[in-house]
Amino acid sequence: MKKLLEGAIRPILAIIIAVLVGGIVIVATTGQNPFYAYYSLLVGAFGSSMNIATTLTNAIPLIITGLGIAIAFSAGLFNIGAEGQYWIGAIVATYIGYSVKGLPGYLHIPLIIVLAMLAGALWGGLVPGLAKVYTGAHEVITTMMMSYVAIYLSHFLLEDGPMMDKGVIPQSPIINESAKLSRLIENSQLSSGLFIAIIAVIIVYILMYKTTLGFEMRSVGFNQRASKYAGMNVATKLVTSLGLSGAFAALAGAVQIMGVQHRLYDSFTSGYGYTAIVVALLANNNPIGVVIASIFLAGLSTGAQEMQMRTNISGQLTDVVVGLIIFFIAIEELYKIVIDRIQKKKQKMA
Amino acid sequence: MDFLSIFANPYLWASTIAMATPLALPAIGGTFSERSGVVNISMEGIMLISAFSSAAFAGYFHNAWLGLLMGVLSGMLISAIFAWAAARMYANQVVLGMAFNIFASGITAYLFNAIYGPTGTPSDTPKIPDINIPIIDSIPFIGKILSGQNAIVYIMFILIILAQWFLFKTTLGLRIRAVGENPEAAETAGINVVRMKYIGVILGGAFSALGGAYLAIGVLNSFSPEMSSGRGYIALAAMIFGKWTPVGSFLAAILFGFATALSYSLQNFAISKNLIMMLPYIVTILALVGIGGKSVAPAADGVPYRPKK
Repeated sequence: MKKLLEGAIRPILAIIIAVLVGGIVIVATTGQNPFYAYYSLLVGAFGSSMNIATTLTNAIPLIITGLGIAIAFSAGLFNIGAEGQYWIGAIVATYIGYSVKGLPGYLHIPLIIVLAMLAGALWGGLVPGLAKVYTGAHEVITTMMMSYVAIYLSHFLLEDGPMMDKGVIPQSPIINESAKLSRLIENSQLSSGLFIAIIAVIIVYILMYKTTLGFEMRSVGFNQRASKYAGMNVATKLVTSLGLSGAFAALAGAVQIMGVQHRLYDSFTSGYGYTAIVVALLANNNPIGVVIASIFLAGLSTGAQEMQMRTNISGQLTDVVVGLIIFFIAIEELYKIVIDRIQKKKQKMA
Repeated sequence: MDFLSIFANPYLWASTIAMATPLALPAIGGTFSERSGVVNISMEGIMLISAFSSAAFAGYFHNAWLGLLMGVLSGMLISAIFAWAAARMYANQVVLGMAFNIFASGITAYLFNAIYGPTGTPSDTPKIPDINIPIIDSIPFIGKILSGQNAIVYIMFILIILAQWFLFKTTLGLRIRAVGENPEAAETAGINVVRMKYIGVILGGAFSALGGAYLAIGVLNSFSPEMSSGRGYIALAAMIFGKWTPVGSFLAAILFGFATALSYSLQNFAISKNLIMMLPYIVTILALVGIGGKSVAPAADGVPYRPKK
């Protein structure tokens, strides 16, 4: 708990600065009261049980994808292509969801989860992982390129390919009832995917902190050379962590299909894969931190709509705030410099 | 219309160049940045910011060239902040790039809504003119491809040559590359590492910004949110495929532009445009893993360097 708090100081500081700058932007561009704007944002995110349900619904894919990215980050790898792995999971879930008939739900849903995660692991782990290990190709680029291929693949399947449903807009058939996750609150989109997310958090927590594999992956992330010297198979760890990372991103896509969308649309991007990078950063790769950061970011996007309605301040302001948060987390050196200066001043005074 | 006739249509090749331009410019920008050792994945964000400010200033002052200037300046300004964070604060550059992209997409969409609202940028915003080149103009086929492009396209052609010359034939270019390969050695040789990174990143920002301005006031005369639509990331691929050189980046951008142009031309045929659009990305991965000539990044690319003094 103490560790979690220590890790949270910089993100919280960054959030405070970013919110302040956002407030200045509000005053400068609209002349409105920034406190009221943030208040309506908060109400929109958590003000009623319905709003909380929406926030949680948006948090689910962020939590699961965020876990995946955190695994890669812990091993010192940047999985920038989670968006594509998410789409791969969504494609597999949709296809198995509507094409496999006659299975009971307790078999259909696990089947989808396993196959989607497998596909995501191959997409995110095998190609970028092996490329990294054998040729040194940087994972930032390979995962990103694979991401674009995945997105165009989904377009292909929906627009001209085998997954297109009859109709005007490119979309897949709806998945069977047996593949749908149950609703938790009526009239909301909150599904039992929430429990899948919670289970995923527990599994990743145990994996990262209670198993040898988790220790070795973190060790590789901390110091690759030392890990090699200690006798670890660094190459396998890199491929494994990228694979796990892809598996969770794909799980997020599958859960989104089974719980919320029930079919694949031709929308270019979900954006969850990118926001999840922010989640992992804010969380400092801690699985519990991932939950908190996901709810925070989901709350921002849910609340932004209420803010826009009440104050006419465009919801994109939240992107400005998020961008600033990451920026102020990234420049950690600044805090060191500031703390150093303060300490020197104190010494002089003493 | 049969399949091969697509290639005989000069429009395909003209639009290949037109579509390669907003990829080649940020790709060359990325080259400058990465040659100085700074990975900059925020070309996307810089393009958006430049696209917004060039359209805003062009519209407000009714002067497209002033808009272009302000667009490039805004791109250089935001790059200067990036350079500061990367070279002086030793921030993780990939994280930084993410931050800039999210911020840029947010702030431009926010300001667009705050200033223009649902009506969008003013319809009388001037655009940079298209130019007909007198003699080339009259050559059949070629004339239709090389003449009548936007002025920024021709500026790009000049800049590609200048960039290649600057990076590989001048002392300053050599110094920038030295910093990207081995900052310790460069510093020992008396090169100011931080200054070279500033030059690389800001110069890179200027090129990316020119690409953004091209979208807003070259192709069109308006700004719309997210109008860069991933070109900054494609440019990154083009830069790698082009082996971190300006000319290579341009040629790779032409390949990407061709894939895009072709995917539009193929709409009446059985081949899916989505499959065509996948090709450049697959080709980039193949290039990265060394099939068809390995593409190797500058040795110290992306590694924050703390000066010894």
